[in-house]
Amino acid sequence: MSRQKLMGWGRTAPSFGDLQLPRSEEDVLHALGHGPVIARGLGRSYGDPAQVSGGVVLDNRGFTTIGEISPDGVVTVEAGVSLHELLKVTIPLGWFVPVTPGTRQVSVGGAIAADVHGKNHHVDGSFGDHVLSMRILTPVGAFDVTPTHHEDLFWATIGGMGLTGVVTSVTLRLTAIETDRVLVDTTKHRNLDSVMDAMRTGDDAYRYSVAWVDCMTKGASMGRAILTRGHHAGVDDVEAVTLAGPTNARLRVPVDAPSGLLNPFTIRAFNQLWYRVAPSKKDREIQGLSTFFHPLDGLNDWNRMYGRRGFVQYQFAVDDYHGDVVVKAIERLSSSGVPSFLAVLKRFGPGNHGPLSFPMEGWTLALDLPVGPSALPGVLDDLDDLVLDAGGRVYLAKDARLRPDAVRAMYPRLDDFLTVKQTYDPDQRLTSDLARRLNIGGQH
Amino acid sequence: MENAFGQPQRVIVLGGSSEIARAITKKLVAARAHTVVLCGRNPELLAKASEEALDYGATATPLVHLDAEHPASATTTVDEAFAAAGGSVDLVIVAVGHLGSQADDETSPEAALAMMNVNFTWPVVALTEVRNRLVAQGSGRILVISSVAGMRVRRSAYLYGGAKAGLDRLADGLADSLEGTGASLQLLRPGAVRTRMTAGLADMPFMTGPNEVAEYVMAGLSTNQRVIWSPPVLRWVYLILRHLPRQLWRMVMDR
Ligand SMILES: Cc1cc2nc3c(=O)[nH]c(=O)nc-3n(C[C@H](O)[C@H](O)[C@H](O)COP(=O)(O)OP(=O)(O)OC[C@H]3O[C@@H](n4cnc5c(N)ncnc54)[C@H](O)[C@@H]3O)c2cc1C
Repeated sequence: MSRQKLMGWGRTAPSFGDLQLPRSEEDVLHALGHGPVIARGLGRSYGDPAQVSGGVVLDNRGFTTIGEISPDGVVTVEAGVSLHELLKVTIPLGWFVPVTPGTRQVSVGGAIAADVHGKNHHVDGSFGDHVLSMRILTPVGAFDVTPTHHEDLFWATIGGMGLTGVVTSVTLRLTAIETDRVLVDTTKHRNLDSVMDAMRTGDDAYRYSVAWVDCMTKGASMGRAILTRGHHAGVDDVEAVTLAGPTNARLRVPVDAPSGLLNPFTIRAFNQLWYRVAPSKKDREIQGLSTFFHPLDGLNDWNRMYGRRGFVQYQFAVDDYHGDVVVKAIERLSSSGVPSFLAVLKRFGPGNHGPLSFPMEGWTLALDLPVGPSALPGVLDDLDDLVLDAGGRVYLAKDARLRPDAVRAMYPRLDDFLTVKQTYDPDQRLTSDLARRLNIGGQH
Repeated sequence: MENAFGQPQRVIVLGGSSEIARAITKKLVAARAHTVVLCGRNPELLAKASEEALDYGATATPLVHLDAEHPASATTTVDEAFAAAGGSVDLVIVAVGHLGSQADDETSPEAALAMMNVNFTWPVVALTEVRNRLVAQGSGRILVISSVAGMRVRRSAYLYGGAKAGLDRLADGLADSLEGTGASLQLLRPGAVRTRMTAGLADMPFMTGPNEVAEYVMAGLSTNQRVIWSPPVLRWVYLILRHLPRQLWRMVMDR
């Protein structure tokens, strides 16, 4: 047995487990014969869901087959395929993934387990909404599930953070594209009210929309923001039609930056620069898919910029009646002196049947925060209370510090989830550091 | 499990009724700790510590008997504590210790033995078993409460200081041995602390209260630093004190 240090993208709270690379269903089923065990994708979750200290961690990268794409865009892929590799195959054939997070470096298994959302959630829903069927290996056997067959296992697995079983293959429906370009409208907003207004009234006219908000300015320009919205460009929108897949990153952050490099001063300077250089308004700008969807993927290991102590991301969702929580959260941060890079603000459409799926209709805000300031743990606990009071929730794929009782209140269908888990994992073998920390199933 | 800020959920305190340990426990419970296994000798003091932890929001505080004068019993105590924790343990605090009375103890071989047992041998046996457990777990921290008294041993407390010196140096090596296991060890080196143990002694320079020590511990847990000094300035003070010529050292410290 070889123990390996495993941690999430935020590089906090590492633990050691036995990392295995199963290559067949037998390998996986064998590993599921004992606990504790959990699957791991590309480790792009921020906290601790893809690790289990002292247990077995199943690297899903042994499952990398991509099937034929049917004429109507249905494809079956194995769970270890990354969206990056998938897009390399699909874009040249005129297909895009139905939902992509802010990075292509996630596996299909990870996209299912977190039920990831993209800039199009308000129109297209989350990743799970585009899945037609899956094959899931559980401690009680293998299941082929769809939204209507073994639907309990299907939906518990969508957003279930790997705790219901190991997904081995997924059939999903792709989105047709005519070009590899996006038509982008950009607007600059002096404050939070202005950008939220624009999003509330205008997002429905766009397939993709996201705002970057500066959380370090106070007073009248608190929450100044840049809103970018767009559509896939059609053949008539471009001079020459191209359909090129993504390329690999060429740059890499080679070593950990000193902790403290990203401090209130440097972050404020960065945010300022970013706001100043953005155009105040730009219409129908033509951008490449990568530039628009995955701007950070050009630089490998950028998380090392946060230094040895790492960082956390805080992402929450609240419904439309509680948009004020977004304002209050940013106020709380900007007044506490806790530095934060640009925050990402989005609108969500309705959620789905996944009992632990994160999206709910309304707003979502995501904040990157370097670990270090002694006020940070307390400030985030305060934000939890704000979010809880508003009936909102925090995203488990980003979490590294919630309280168990808060999770229970934020995910009212947790008990439904645990019932399904008990059916397919009666000995509670599937667990993770996250599951132990939040008490959401599995052995301690 | 511990969170991104080094805040543990399941904690074992060996020497749970010590005032420093109690102050730390309160802060841990106010953050994320829900289970605190309190190990100690005096049932009344333990009950008090337990009440306090529950007040601050702990949901379980199992009590385990500990007798530091019998080092061979340390293994059993640690095993019982891990069983009582009911899941993977995030932090083990080694807070067993006894200041003793140098003047009385230095002429008594029995007393010297007892001082070594309580301040050195028992903790070392316990650490050995804790180490095995955490390595198997693949995660978890140890916090060893050392003392600045072990940085340079004073004539006026050489039994206590000598035992702490041994524990401190040993723990430093043990910490290195944990590299690559997922477990880790941090040393707390407090200066004089106002507690029962020091009651009656005059206030000393850099003396703190237990709560202040606990603050430094909370900050130290989040940074992973090997040594947590309390107050932090003692790091520099002792850098100088340790290298003072003996005459001067004795003038300053052994008045
Ligand atoms: C720069 C960046 C931007 C991001 N942007 C977004 C965004 O816009 N929207 C969004 O929703 N998320 C976003 N994320 C989060 C990311 O999409 C999710 O955390 C995703 O789950 C990561 O996938 P992964 O393959 O790295 O999985 P890991 O992080 O390795 O694992 C995540 C979970 O998936 C489970 N899992 C992995 N493989 C399987 C399998 N085969 N079967 C069952 N369970 C499995 C694991 O057990 C774990 O619980 C972003 C992350 C980064 C780093």
